[in-house]
Amino acid sequence: MSTLGVVTPASMHFGTPLSLQSGAVLRDYTLVYETYGRLNAGRSNAVLVCHALNASHHVAGLHADENGQPLPKSQGWWDNMIGPGKPLDTDKFFVIGINNPGSCFGSTGPMHTNPDTGKIYGADFPVVTVEDWVNAQARVLDRLGIDKLAAVLGGSLGGMQALSWTLQYPERVRHCVAVATAPNLSAQNIAFNEVARRAIVTDPDFHHGHFYEHGVIPRRGLRVARMIGHITYLSDDVMDEKFGRTMVGREAGEEPSYSTQNIEFQVESYLRYQGDKFSDYFDANTYLLITRALDYFDPARAHGGKLASALAKALAKFLVISFTTDWRFSPARSREIVKALVDNRHDVSYAEIDAPHGHDAFLLDDPRYHEVVRAYFERIALSLHEQVAPLSTLNGQAVRMAV
Amino acid sequence: METSMSNDRPIHQIIADLIPPGSRVLDLGCGDGALLAYLRDHRQCTGYGVELDDTKVIACVRRGVNVIQRNLEEGLSLFEDNSFDVVLQLDTLQHLRNTEAMLRETARIGRTGLVSFPNFAHWAHRLSVLRGRMPVTKTLPYQWYDTPNIRVSTLADFEVLARKNGLRILESFGLNGGEVVTRWPNLLASTAVFKFERG
Repeated sequence: MSTLGVVTPASMHFGTPLSLQSGAVLRDYTLVYETYGRLNAGRSNAVLVCHALNASHHVAGLHADENGQPLPKSQGWWDNMIGPGKPLDTDKFFVIGINNPGSCFGSTGPMHTNPDTGKIYGADFPVVTVEDWVNAQARVLDRLGIDKLAAVLGGSLGGMQALSWTLQYPERVRHCVAVATAPNLSAQNIAFNEVARRAIVTDPDFHHGHFYEHGVIPRRGLRVARMIGHITYLSDDVMDEKFGRTMVGREAGEEPSYSTQNIEFQVESYLRYQGDKFSDYFDANTYLLITRALDYFDPARAHGGKLASALAKALAKFLVISFTTDWRFSPARSREIVKALVDNRHDVSYAEIDAPHGHDAFLLDDPRYHEVVRAYFERIALSLHEQVAPLSTLNGQAVRMAV
Repeated sequence: METSMSNDRPIHQIIADLIPPGSRVLDLGCGDGALLAYLRDHRQCTGYGVELDDTKVIACVRRGVNVIQRNLEEGLSLFEDNSFDVVLQLDTLQHLRNTEAMLRETARIGRTGLVSFPNFAHWAHRLSVLRGRMPVTKTLPYQWYDTPNIRVSTLADFEVLARKNGLRILESFGLNGGEVVTRWPNLLASTAVFKFERG
């Protein structure tokens, strides 16, 4: 259960164009964000949490209804990690979650009006990359008056943003915590994304990405996209344990219905349920944009494929975490990051958590995983204390300083 | 990995004295990171530890010591040739199946290697074997059937292995009860210590 209580999103409007990696420009845009905890006087305790594919700025805490009452099941996507007394402790850190442009949770995205045409962007929303997102996030920090982050933290696609922060703004990041991530996607990973995209794009309700004006949603495509995604987030073992060969509405040993269309197995029912739920809240164009951002991320590309060269300019200290049963972002991919950091003599710790849950493990609360994160942030908190420890006079009274 | 170094300040000092200040250090089987923290705080050393055990990895992180969670049996391809001034393997070698390969890897990665392990030829161990029983002592506290020490050797044995692999021994001595033993160490020391480089 959330210990943070009710949190309220805020938004910032930007009139200064954001130049994107593709050469396109986001002329005018709004970013939605949430913050938890308090920024200290030295502005040194800020932690940015970057979100992955289907998440948002709502990292922790609960949202409230119009009467201020907490909405059930509204806790943020990383609520088990972030809050008072949690591994990333909001009593010590000022935590920021920002919804990336192109998303469908409030920040400017394909469902909004293109100021150049006066029409809904739809498929015309420019392709955004991890680097573009980091640039957009940096503008939010500028407005909040945060020059330097105590840490940037992210899992999966969020981990890619965390890594990218250390390369795009090396002097603005003291620590980078990259969980269940990779230095780029493998061909297999891009292949999964492509299957998901084809499912969406070939849905007759997609209308080349301009389905909004037809008043329809390419639900079938979104459902299939989510189903394939979900399969890759779980391990074989955990699926077996969760569903096995259990049949819906039948006892073990009972005859199946011998139908090709009906739901027979528990796992089918689960996937269809997940797909349905997803198609209710997620935007099809956003799914295309975000999977493309995943595909394109490859900081080594500009360095002849040499990751160590790409990471040379980082100044942060790193904590890299992977999960043994994660086959979508396998430990081997995290070890590539670790090796490139070691080659550069950067400070890095690496934990390989023996968890059964596959890629999903990064959102679950395995105690070993959470203890590593807690220990790392406690260490950061100690160093903050050293930095901003108030001066004291000889008789031990604190010296008041104007900041 | 087992390590008996954790709260052993005198041994830390003895080992630290063998490591030039400011060295880049890799500690294989670094345990809770106490030695690396000591080297950082007292000898201005930098580097990493490698450790398999979850609890010890967390202890390292809590100390602010760089730690990489890895099974040493899976090799050290993470580290380039000559990338460290000193590679430590303290109370680690005896737990590894592939002792010789690991020793060669140590010499590949580090300019110097520093190993310690229980000396099976310590007089107390010899006496026990003479009596017809495997030794159970402070440095070899396990029964033969549950020991993680799958490679037992002596100071003299290690010299042979080092020579076979073209390693030049720079220093070798024994330890007993936190004291350095230089006289008849193969008989009088319960722990063997070697510092070596590629010959």
